[in-house]
Amino acid sequence: MSVDTSPRTTGPSGLGDGPSLKQPSLPRRTGTFTAVAAVLLALGFRALGFGWVPAVFLAWLVVVIVVPLWSTSVEGSRKAIDRLVTILVTSAFALAMVPLAQIMYTVVSNGASVMGIDFFTFSMRNVIGEGGGIYHAIWGTLLITLATTVMSVPIGVFTAIYLVEYGANNRLSGWIRFLVDVMTGIPSIVAGLFAYALFVVFFGPGVRMGFAGAVALAVLMIPVVVRSVEEMLKLVPNELREASYALGVPKWRTIVKVVLPTALAGIVTGVTLAIARVIGETAPLLITVGVSDSVNFNIFDGRMATLPVFAFNSIQSPGFPPGPSIDRAWGAALVLMIIVMLLNLVARLVSYVFSPKGER
Amino acid sequence: MSQTTSKSERPVVRRGDRIFAGISTGAGILILVILAGVAVFLTIQGIPGIAAAPDEVKSGTSFARFVGPLVFGTLYAALVALIIALPLAIAVALFISHYAPRRVAQVLGYLIDLLAAVPSVVYGLWGREVLAGQLVPAYRWLDENLGFLPFFAGPFSATGRTFFTAGVVLAVMILPIITAITREIFLQTPRLHEEAALALGATRWEMIRMTVLPYARSGIVGGAMLGLGRALGETMAVAMVLSASGVVTFNLISSTNPSTIPANIALQFKESSGLTINALIASGLVLFIITFAVNFAARWVVNRRREFSGAN
Amino acid sequence: MNRTIKRVVAPAGAALMLAAALSACGAGNEDTGSAGSDASSSGESLSGTLSGAGASSQEAAVSAWQQGFQSANPDVTVNYDPVGSGGGREQFIAGGIDFAGSDAYLEDDELTGAKDRCGGNIVEVPTYVSPIAVIYNLEGVDELNLTPAVVGDIFEGTVTTWDDPKIAADNPDADLPNTAITPVHRSDDSGTTENFTDYLDQTSGGTWSGGAIQTWPIQGGEGAEGTSGVVSAVQGGDGTIGYADASQAGDLGVAKIGVGDAFVEPTADAAAAVLDESTQVEGRDAGDIAFTVNRTTTESGVYPIVLVSYMIACEKYEDAAQGELVKGFLTYVSSQEGQEAAAKGAGSAPISEDLEATIRPIVEKIS
Repeated sequence: MSVDTSPRTTGPSGLGDGPSLKQPSLPRRTGTFTAVAAVLLALGFRALGFGWVPAVFLAWLVVVIVVPLWSTSVEGSRKAIDRLVTILVTSAFALAMVPLAQIMYTVVSNGASVMGIDFFTFSMRNVIGEGGGIYHAIWGTLLITLATTVMSVPIGVFTAIYLVEYGANNRLSGWIRFLVDVMTGIPSIVAGLFAYALFVVFFGPGVRMGFAGAVALAVLMIPVVVRSVEEMLKLVPNELREASYALGVPKWRTIVKVVLPTALAGIVTGVTLAIARVIGETAPLLITVGVSDSVNFNIFDGRMATLPVFAFNSIQSPGFPPGPSIDRAWGAALVLMIIVMLLNLVARLVSYVFSPKGER
Repeated sequence: MSQTTSKSERPVVRRGDRIFAGISTGAGILILVILAGVAVFLTIQGIPGIAAAPDEVKSGTSFARFVGPLVFGTLYAALVALIIALPLAIAVALFISHYAPRRVAQVLGYLIDLLAAVPSVVYGLWGREVLAGQLVPAYRWLDENLGFLPFFAGPFSATGRTFFTAGVVLAVMILPIITAITREIFLQTPRLHEEAALALGATRWEMIRMTVLPYARSGIVGGAMLGLGRALGETMAVAMVLSASGVVTFNLISSTNPSTIPANIALQFKESSGLTINALIASGLVLFIITFAVNFAARWVVNRRREFSGAN
Repeated sequence: MNRTIKRVVAPAGAALMLAAALSACGAGNEDTGSAGSDASSSGESLSGTLSGAGASSQEAAVSAWQQGFQSANPDVTVNYDPVGSGGGREQFIAGGIDFAGSDAYLEDDELTGAKDRCGGNIVEVPTYVSPIAVIYNLEGVDELNLTPAVVGDIFEGTVTTWDDPKIAADNPDADLPNTAITPVHRSDDSGTTENFTDYLDQTSGGTWSGGAIQTWPIQGGEGAEGTSGVVSAVQGGDGTIGYADASQAGDLGVAKIGVGDAFVEPTADAAAAVLDESTQVEGRDAGDIAFTVNRTTTESGVYPIVLVSYMIACEKYEDAAQGELVKGFLTYVSSQEGQEAAAKGAGSAPISEDLEATIRPIVEKIS
């Protein structure tokens, strides 16, 4: 990650040979030098007995102060400010990477120890202390997510079709579009409370079932699906539709046979990303589905285990001794993260492989 | 489509069309119904909780006094998160759109998106087990050196599970959202404006200040408000990280902190029954109204911009 | 169907088939497909499903009992919803569950409701006793003696540093630093808090003003979610002190609590002994053993900060088979074997033999 700036701002080196145009400037590789110096400084402060965090912070501080001063003396204040901003922006990105790296490291190093065949094929039924696994939680997550997808995708796709193909720019479509946007901001716990409040009406207080969780997740997933599918349908060239109409094909067959297949890769990508968004949700499932230590394949009856709630619950009520349970929580978190990242990867692969040539 | 008004032509075709259009319109309306349903069911189940007498619910106070500190905590936590995340997000978005080499920019953007893919439970675990402990020295320093400010009045928490820690975790969680939106808008800056600025001899920063930032101003506002909406509703991370005791204070570094609505629901729901559940659902309704208002405003700002930029 | 669709659908189909293949087998440790199918073949063993709900404090113990009972009776499934004590009692009265676990015995009006539900007498027996330890994390201090009044002071926030003379008075040998005290409490509702504050209310002699209440009453101090949250918060800081089930204390310091003139550690024996010191609530039926824990005991070797949790069931069930099931389960729970299992799985204190002898005939009567 070089901080080196492109020639157009480091200096007008390519502009003519006249000495009057030649401005003094810092060496071309200043960015790289700065980075190396910062690392050395950090190591130096560390050697002086500072902790890692203060050492890095002090090194950063030195660079932030010294480089602009140096630049001011050589190139003038405008360039100095430019360099300062470059350093700030770059270090902001580096700073944003710190939590990501730390989270990855923590989850992998804590979760790797429980990985094994048993962890994926055992449930927690009759398990005390060590052993046991997340088989039941994987199934719960899979089934609930499947039910969510089955509900969300048709509603989402048809709504997107309405928005792009039928609604044109009438008032209803405007409101739907706007409220779908607003809906993407519904807090997950509110979706969970909604599903609970809905199911209480039919099943009485204390209701817990996988389907209620699926309804809660669908509230979160539908708007994501609508937005991404709408974007994809908009990308379908109008010429295709018009060609189809010209051949006398009715509008609905045009949509089914021409528009949807053309946008299919994008739709699959969007749906996959939407799944990745809801599969890690904890709060709504905690309220509506609860936890269980056995496999439950029936989403319409009783509690189910799901990966995020399993991880939360293993940490919150670890039993005795707590160690093995906390290890399982990290393990479940690791599996969950791998699933989410794989979904993201698949989505990107689909859009990369199937996107029309010439784009991206 | 129906330019021809003669009724005898192609009735079959039009029926298929009508059915398909009906399904599509129905799906769109269904979404509105779901959204209304969220409000309606929360209200139906929430009203008994709002009306409940103080001795019928666990909090032992009227609903207004129960939810008041929670509303404060929710808004304050989201605000702290936003103050941390917004400058960082803008800088990161700028780095990806205007500083990073073209070839790696997309990969770097994907890295930031990965932050959005981390499940909130994992953020909670990280915040509680890793981050909280690491921030304690900083809190000690703040308490000793900036203790005269109400935000750092202390006494500093020995465990680090403070409002500030929760704010940092929330900030990391909303960073990718704000970054994604501002990045898109930065990239939409008309190329000609940028090149014109550079041609006049502007440095890269001057070019950004003169063309990119003014162009993206409303996009930044919208993105910030969307991030705010997300921070308001975030549940698990706050529930796991924050040491909460239902007070109203601006102190960021002590162990006595206000709770937030979603965290409070997640913590109390399991062990509640009867009217207490209704009261929790009512607090959820309050949260829904707050986030709805924030998102409503955010989308309005973003959309207004979109219409305006269509003229460019 | 056009080619693009096939290219996308094919991998999706393959994934579905893989999932279907996986679904053919249950979890490696679960005995699937035998639920009730050959129940009659072995005369003695029970079959059916038993549902309970209630206190989350009992959750770990109940899972130990589930394991033991389900292993002995493979055709039985025991479900337990940790919905909280109040929810458990409510669901039991409403008739939704077969038994309830509760951190508090039934109040009088609840008792009427429960009897209505059962159409007769109820059974209420203490089956889970867990000592609540006062845990702390203070560098250089491995042993700590605290009188109830000082514990009250600390959690009230009136004693704020570890070298306070009040603490030093009981710990002449300890080298107490002037670190600030950070009291950690449960931020969620819990029976642990209720029992702890009840103890402070009765014994602190006025230094604790919060009363006995389920949700932490005092604003201030550090709140943490769940027992594990308290433990991790206490671990995470220096000068922290909190209360949690003794089994979860791990390698943290555990304070000895002043009882009479002596200081007692929260051992299982000392905790079980407090029930022998306690009096039964008067005016209850024979099958209803409700204790008022004697927090103010001065007997040596007794640890008074305990959580006593009850199992609540009907004496008579409409469905005789269900009655047999409840009887079998509670018999196991209150047996030595069951209590040992809970001690191992949840770190609880096994009930004394005397109490067990009292409970046995009561449970025997369930039908």
